Amino acid sequence: MSTYVGDAANAPKFQTAAKALVNDTQVRHNVRHATSVIRQKRAKVVGEMADWEQLRESGHEIKQHVMRHLDFYLDQFEKTCTAAGGQVHWARDADEANSIIVGLVKAQQAKEVIKVKTMTSDEIRLNAALEAAGITPYETDLADLIVQLGEDKPSHIVVPALHRNRMEIRRIFLDKMNLPELSDTPEDLAAAARVYLREKFLRVPVAISGANFAIAETGSVCVVESEGNGRMCVSLPRVLISLIGIEKVIPTFQDLEVYLQTLPRSATGERMNPYNSIWTGITPDDGPQEFHVVLLDNGRTKVLADREARETLDCIRCGACLNACPVYRQTGGHAYGSVYGGPIGAILTPQLQSMAHSQTLPYASSLCGACYEVCPVKINIPEILVHLRNTVVERGDAPFVEKMAMKAAAYVLESPEHLARARKFGRMAQSPFAKNGVISHLPGGLDAWTAVRDLPAIPEESFREWWLKREREAG
Amino acid sequence: MMRHFLEVFRGAEIVCIPSSSCVAMIRDHYPKMAAASGDAALKRTVKNMLPRIFEFTELLVDQLGVTDVGAFFPHVVALHPSCHSLRSLQLGDKPARLLAGVRGLTLVDLPEAEECCGFGGTFAVKNADVSAAMLSDKIRCVLNSGAEICAAVDNSCLMHIGGALSRQRCGVRVLHLAEILASRDSKGMAS
Amino acid sequence: MNSARDEILERIRDATGGATEGRQAEYAAIPRNYQRAGTLDVAGKLELFVDRLDDYGATVYHAREHDVAACVAEALRARGKASLLVPRDLPRAWLPEGFNFFREGPSYHEVDASEGVLTDCAVAIASTGTIVLRHSAGEARRALSLIPDYHLCVVFAAQVVETVPQGIEQMKAFVHIPITTIAGPSATADIEMTRVKGVHGPRALDVILA
Repeated sequence: MSTYVGDAANAPKFQTAAKALVNDTQVRHNVRHATSVIRQKRAKVVGEMADWEQLRESGHEIKQHVMRHLDFYLDQFEKTCTAAGGQVHWARDADEANSIIVGLVKAQQAKEVIKVKTMTSDEIRLNAALEAAGITPYETDLADLIVQLGEDKPSHIVVPALHRNRMEIRRIFLDKMNLPELSDTPEDLAAAARVYLREKFLRVPVAISGANFAIAETGSVCVVESEGNGRMCVSLPRVLISLIGIEKVIPTFQDLEVYLQTLPRSATGERMNPYNSIWTGITPDDGPQEFHVVLLDNGRTKVLADREARETLDCIRCGACLNACPVYRQTGGHAYGSVYGGPIGAILTPQLQSMAHSQTLPYASSLCGACYEVCPVKINIPEILVHLRNTVVERGDAPFVEKMAMKAAAYVLESPEHLARARKFGRMAQSPFAKNGVISHLPGGLDAWTAVRDLPAIPEESFREWWLKREREAG
Repeated sequence: MMRHFLEVFRGAEIVCIPSSSCVAMIRDHYPKMAAASGDAALKRTVKNMLPRIFEFTELLVDQLGVTDVGAFFPHVVALHPSCHSLRSLQLGDKPARLLAGVRGLTLVDLPEAEECCGFGGTFAVKNADVSAAMLSDKIRCVLNSGAEICAAVDNSCLMHIGGALSRQRCGVRVLHLAEILASRDSKGMAS
Repeated sequence: MNSARDEILERIRDATGGATEGRQAEYAAIPRNYQRAGTLDVAGKLELFVDRLDDYGATVYHAREHDVAACVAEALRARGKASLLVPRDLPRAWLPEGFNFFREGPSYHEVDASEGVLTDCAVAIASTGTIVLRHSAGEARRALSLIPDYHLCVVFAAQVVETVPQGIEQMKAFVHIPITTIAGPSATADIEMTRVKGVHGPRALDVILA
């Protein structure tokens, strides 16, 4: 079984990665700017919608329904897609998906493929598998192109190159596109990408896409985008392969009415994104004459089996939780070590890996709840984070020091006598450190607090002691 | 610990809790924990206890219908709405209305008020760097507000924010809402 | 026999209990309390549609039905263009004198070299300024409305619905052929969150509202 999420199994602990990123002023600056802009845009277009909460509710309920009947809807999708001329393949894990896709490309004797943004392909490390088979993949999403040419990793679900500013992008394009010169205005950078990719769109015979929605009722697939590269990839080449996670299926065409309202507003702060492509199987005389769907499990059925965490699969990949998250804001996506970062990444990444890896991710949160507030399908991310922390502890994977500290805390707090004793001991122990009611430094590991904050000293008289004294004096 | 809490407060008519995170814990998690225990008596006890639990501002404003407690506190104050008060308990404008009833008090807007301060319980030590980065943003906003006092309904946030304000000698201090409401003189002390 | 398929479906049934009864009733019972019907009158709806088009920088030409050709001419003059590609079945009456209109057949490279394309649409959604194209051989295969740098689209007032649910309802009738929804010229905000128009799709979009 080779279920993996990119390189997440080998990624450093969140705390370690975060430490470096918190000190990277460029990243922090770029991330803060990008998330502020998009938060405002989202707030404006969501604020216009009197029925926003109702849309969220329906979006949630439809997904929950699908997950309860996932076998039915996948089976229905396979039938309807096949009837329309599509070919449906099933992949249990990443390796199997890669093998199927490489096989399909090779069957075309193709040495190049063009790709539309699909994080699922990063999850299974498709590009590496293609390259190992002598096939060159070209990313066509501007941000993915920037990441690919910059030999970098994506840092956000919707805006993967958010951590790069225009000067850095100009440098990357100059180097890799062999351009004599280039300004760093966004317009010129976008124009350079347009020219570079256009010749590939018009020539390369095989494209690989993901999908936002797979519609069981009709066998249709929907790709949501802004740039037009999606339209290029799904309609110009001779052969199209769509890699689709099994959780992407929705029951009926009409259900798009919910998600096509909530997704664009949540993802890019628009009433409607520039382009949606919806196609069903094959159409003679228009577009690909061979269409393949690869349905991917890669750990999703494990998530499905955990009732308390199942709604992780409801995610429509809008990225709103990343934009709202005060932790993400300080570090950007690379701290999570996974193609899926931010709040959704913190719950999805470890689960896809059966909780064997990425165990620091459920702790990468202050549980503030901002993500839950903005999620268009109402995934209760804070609750799932706590649930996953329980799982880590139950597996015995919590650090020893933490286990001891929790035991000590429970002992102190479980009775007033223990608490009083602890307070007395605390007053004695703190006396070398407390000056004028303030503790500025604690030794050893306790310094995690006092490194950047003072701590109020335990007061001479506690509230309890004051209250009891008052009662006695009142008679 | 839940059983201990329920035992201690068994006979109380009303339990007033000046901490929104504690109230959120009780309302959100006690029923789940009781259900998971399979203990029917425990479930009943929790069910009976919940309607008697009130966060401090809920008790004053919703139950007692009071927003003016006769306090006097002539200072400039910014209100930090803790995450639990904002999203779990949805206290809304209760804390602000109570402060509006305090004579002499000027309430100023806190920029980016809804942003988490970075305490998050064990998060503050387990993810110390990110917690410190979030705290740095929060105190920057506190300083930009022009307030002399940062108030909140949660002592955990206050300890965290106050700790940084004190360490950096910012000239701004923190107080719990209750301490302000108990104030009768300009020092903020109850008489 | 497809073992991967069987195994995945089995994993799913193990995870969910595999219950199938009541699925349709459960689906029918999903709460849908969001707005579905429109509330505006025709004039209000068209005004909203035009407002959204303005918002994303499309120039709107207002025509009465027999005046489509005049608006096409006006748009071409405004854009400094002398020719457009048109789909095979586009009404001749829409094509003004004095310009060149090339019908069906060009290769991708020829399409790329063209000055632009003129199409009709299937339905339009006022609340979001969305234009929906359906792609059958006569109504513009996908490449035709995608590759050129300029897209001029004719929308009839009667084709405009108010809400997204109403639009989806209409689209169901032709879901067997490819559909593209368009709500603005191609754009990206991938560079410092600065919105830049025109990456791969047509950089300019004009609408004739008839």
